[in-house]
Amino acid sequence: MHELSIVTSVVESVTESLAAYPGARVLEVRLRVGALASVVRESLEFCYGIAAEGTALEGSRLVVNVLPVVMHCEKCGKDVELEGVQSFRCPLCGEPCFDLRQGRELEIDSIEIEDGKEAA
Amino acid sequence: MTTRIVELRRGILKKNDELAAGLRASYAAARVMVLNLVSSPGTGKTAFLEWTLTELRKRGVRVAALVGDLETDNDARRLASSGAPVRQINTHGICHLDAEMIGKHLDGWELGALDYLFIENVGNLVCPSSYDLGEAIRVVLLSVTEGEDKPLKYPTMFNSADAAVITKMDLAVPCGFDRWAALKNINEIRPGIQIFETSVKSGVGLDEWLGYLEEKRKGRG
Repeated sequence: MHELSIVTSVVESVTESLAAYPGARVLEVRLRVGALASVVRESLEFCYGIAAEGTALEGSRLVVNVLPVVMHCEKCGKDVELEGVQSFRCPLCGEPCFDLRQGRELEIDSIEIEDGKEAA
Repeated sequence: MTTRIVELRRGILKKNDELAAGLRASYAAARVMVLNLVSSPGTGKTAFLEWTLTELRKRGVRVAALVGDLETDNDARRLASSGAPVRQINTHGICHLDAEMIGKHLDGWELGALDYLFIENVGNLVCPSSYDLGEAIRVVLLSVTEGEDKPLKYPTMFNSADAAVITKMDLAVPCGFDRWAALKNINEIRPGIQIFETSVKSGVGLDEWLGYLEEKRKGRG
């Protein structure tokens, strides 16, 4: 529901970073989004075109990399990847897991840019 | 023309997270315990909070509330009947509260004069989960009229909560509420979370809730 505000923040944040690369054109923006981040990939992609319009990011691609939930299982003594988000139990031993290690990320990973001029 | 990859590795909600960290520091300095109440629309957050504010004030506890809604100040007026200072935040279409809105609406309030500050979020089980308000405790509420599978449908919100409150327990029987299924579902998504089964009509579960609030504030040292 709040994907437009999320991608608007992405556009603002990338625009700030572009100050270091005058004249650069953005080709691609890559996000890391946890499975528990409460955002929908398709909705982010749809809203991205709207948010990028009229900015240096217009026409660029948004690539959303969804990260599975990883919990630390105390009984097994290791990090385990959950198959979904319907049960926070260790898939190996079945014990409940309390310690979330991955899954809430909402990050800009990297951008691919085309330089405006050859780097000196 | 050359193309290259620039690593940014930056939180998308960094601005909100930084503002929330600032709020958290100011709450800690003022020694005020801040709770963020989240639920669907219609769960009974306002009734539950109205009761909580009234009871805490009777006990001489210093409380205040911020309440978020898309439009109207109806909830602020209801909560103000408790006698506590209350401010309404109208988001005008935005589906969640963020740290900036909280900071703006705290302007002029003496946080050091409060024991608890309650923030009633916009009724929505999705978006508020992404926005840190600097709170110490996130409370998710679920009413018996909503269905026992709400935690499974909205795992992010339930997984990010510190306590769960089931409201309208007086309607559990007429609604055919399956208590065990609800408790099991909450525990599947957030193992070990403290759950309060309450009704502001019958009074059930409310002593435990007040006990929890007191314990959390004392435990903070």
